[in-house]
Amino acid sequence: MTSSDGLHLKTYCMLLIMVVFAPLGNVFLGKGMKGVGSVVSWSPSQLPHIVALIFTSGYIWLGVASLLTFFVAYMLILSWADFSYVQPASSITLLVVALLGYFYLGEKISPLHWTGIVVICLGVFVVGNTPPRTTEVR
Amino acid sequence: MREAVLLFLVVVSGTGGEICVTRAMKHVGEVTDFRPMALVRVILQAMKVSWMWIGISMMALAFFSLLAVLSIENVSFVVPVTALNYAAGALGGKFFLGERVTPRRWAGVLLVCVGVTLVWIGKR
Repeated sequence: MTSSDGLHLKTYCMLLIMVVFAPLGNVFLGKGMKGVGSVVSWSPSQLPHIVALIFTSGYIWLGVASLLTFFVAYMLILSWADFSYVQPASSITLLVVALLGYFYLGEKISPLHWTGIVVICLGVFVVGNTPPRTTEVR
Repeated sequence: MREAVLLFLVVVSGTGGEICVTRAMKHVGEVTDFRPMALVRVILQAMKVSWMWIGISMMALAFFSLLAVLSIENVSFVVPVTALNYAAGALGGKFFLGERVTPRRWAGVLLVCVGVTLVWIGKR
């Protein structure tokens, strides 16, 4: 295996971890926050109560744990790959979030909304075919 | 209006934070050892870089803004809209981190922006 193959393999492994845990984290946070209530009705005097509700929600903690896993993978991948490669390449998570939102949370998604998500993924495909690193190693 | 402000904070603060974290990780150097203790050492080393703390602070602001906006909007709307940070990220990568963003990457970023626009219109 060449060093270039190795670089691509570990890049794709980290991207896979990110693609699984980032959507899960967002979906759990969404479910947790729907249980806390709308920000529109929050008043400053209620803030301690709302913060307590947020940090005692199991879904919020599941979301935080998933996003922390995502964040560690993200930190590691950024140590060798370009930010402008990693960030768009990980946007496939948007499709996974929408699918989870539709099937797991029962959210309504219009055809135009789906089209937008597919166009975003096309953008990801274009970006994913560029080399992970374009700058010199220091 | 409140949702637009919160989404703006999620995008701008989140992207700023990610750029700062990237700068810190480039300072730490490429990670080649993936054993748990070695990873802990990398994280501790990263925590000594001030850019990491600036990045974490900005990402914390983005996180709490995300929580707030998730209380009023669906996750399938919020998360795709936050993809606007791909445009901000490409600009930040080019101008702040000195990365070479190829025309193909710009084309991808443009498609992402068009997609975000469709998602926004599709929700209305």
